[in-house]
Amino acid sequence: MADLAVPLPADTGSIGLEASGPRGPKPRHVFSRRNIFLYGTLIVVALYYLLPLYVMVVTSLKGMPEIRLGNIFSPPLEITFEPWVKAWSSACTGLNCDGLSRGFWNSVRITVPSVILSIAIASVNGYALANWRFKGADTFFVILIVGAFIPYQVMIYPIVIILREIGLYGSLSGLVIVHSIFGMPILTLLFRNYFTSMPEELFRAARVDGAGFWGIYFRIMLPMSLPIFVVAIILQVTGIWNDFLFGVVYTRPDTYPMTVQLNNIVNSVQGVKEYNVNMAATILTGLVPLVVYFVSGKLFVRGIAAGAVKG
Amino acid sequence: MSKSERPNQLFRNLNAKVASVPMVLTAVVIFVGGSAWTVLYSFTNSKLLPRLNFVGLDQYYRLWSTPRWLVSIENLLVYGVLSLVFSLVIGFILAALLDQKIRFEDTFRTIFLYPFALSFIVTGLVWQWLLNPEFGIQGVVRGLGWESFSFDPLYNSDIVIYGILIAALWQGTGLIMCLMLAGLRGIDEDIWKAARVDGIPTLKTYLFIIIPMMRPVFITALVIIAAGIVKVYDLVVAQTSGGPGIASEVPAKYVYDYMFFAQNLGQGFAASTMMLLSVVVVIVPWAYLEFGGKKRG
Repeated sequence: MADLAVPLPADTGSIGLEASGPRGPKPRHVFSRRNIFLYGTLIVVALYYLLPLYVMVVTSLKGMPEIRLGNIFSPPLEITFEPWVKAWSSACTGLNCDGLSRGFWNSVRITVPSVILSIAIASVNGYALANWRFKGADTFFVILIVGAFIPYQVMIYPIVIILREIGLYGSLSGLVIVHSIFGMPILTLLFRNYFTSMPEELFRAARVDGAGFWGIYFRIMLPMSLPIFVVAIILQVTGIWNDFLFGVVYTRPDTYPMTVQLNNIVNSVQGVKEYNVNMAATILTGLVPLVVYFVSGKLFVRGIAAGAVKG
Repeated sequence: MSKSERPNQLFRNLNAKVASVPMVLTAVVIFVGGSAWTVLYSFTNSKLLPRLNFVGLDQYYRLWSTPRWLVSIENLLVYGVLSLVFSLVIGFILAALLDQKIRFEDTFRTIFLYPFALSFIVTGLVWQWLLNPEFGIQGVVRGLGWESFSFDPLYNSDIVIYGILIAALWQGTGLIMCLMLAGLRGIDEDIWKAARVDGIPTLKTYLFIIIPMMRPVFITALVIIAAGIVKVYDLVVAQTSGGPGIASEVPAKYVYDYMFFAQNLGQGFAASTMMLLSVVVVIVPWAYLEFGGKKRG
């Protein structure tokens, strides 16, 4: 074992690079070529990723004359919040001129029930698949997972017919059902893998103590799997908020979710293009998932690790 | 037939079966039933409403002689291959860079991943603005004095699909990076130690030891990217609306437009069946290998 100590750094200049385990290349001086290359690459890439956000914010704070004259990267000379106000409350889509606020509230009324319903269904289902296997369960699960690859376009029209038959076509509840259906494969996979990775003894011990299906789910599985629930919530909130296709197919203009309305505002052919209003509207639409992401960033990443490295 | 056994089998594990009802309904009615319905009606001449008036393969002949469809397929191929390759390569390289025990790892990770939280509509609109030839990147560079500089992917039919690809990679590589990073972190430290003791260079260790060990992660990443490629629709709608002309059309948009605008359901069904077919060709062998081959207890 003594030879393993050899790669540990002997020079004292390695600031900030922990030498706890000899993983990765040998730590060297701060301004070594390796470090310059490493951080240089990362910073350039980071700038590329940040650029669009910066341009969005900067553009939304400028007046139109300044946009026409200036350059999209320069910070605003005069900061104005007028584009934001206009985007929120008076931008026009078709005949409606009450801005994005309508779409925002529609999206809220779509997202909240969809997230709850889809996670409730998928978590119980994943638990059943992991701990209470029954004959044929795996067959349906495989169909479900393979079904996740079927292009939505193949199933859109049959669902239109089904929703029309049960009288939910064009309503928000119809869209909630659609979101629950299409969220099912990934969520079920996520929960099934998570529950499978939990120690079998826990489940057996609870069985011996007489707990049943729901007892084990609510008293053991649910409290022990909060991280995966947070991951599922994050996935679903961002996924459903960001949905466009289902919104445009299954709702009517007055119940359009925010993304559909945003696209209609920005890509409308009539009128003068107001780039600052467009960018303000774009940020507003992206704000909800961005906030969710920045608030829960660490959990998001940790959860992905749990879900992706599958059992 | 022993009468006492039948109900026992059915009601055994009843709760689990009840809990699986939504899954079974989704799998059977929507996924299998819906697809079968669409395939069936793709052989009819349905226009405004679905009608069972069979015309054989007419819709398919018409589909494959429509220039717009051919352009869509070509775009999907180019976009699909490139986004698969670039997502995996960039995702892995970024993850490997972040795995070098660097400072500010969390900051970098947060920056690389945030676009993933944004919708394709938002992504498309931002990049539409950035690639605006008058005010965007091209305009800025020209303003600096380089008058002949030309970078207008969204207005040039030959390269418009690359303009979309740039936006898609900006949005999606962060997730792949995160998956890869999780995979890298899941690898036993001893592997690295052993490789170091044996004097294997870092690059070789990655290529021949680490990547093969990360097979499950790569499969997950592949699956996620592939599912995203087939679905690509909103990005195109937001960024170019299929333009200039029909240069950036994709199959998903063709289907939607024929079903809901052109009121030519039969064409829409035929086009979506072709999409399904292309997916089946790829997925069935994969699903067989993953799930069918080995029965895991």
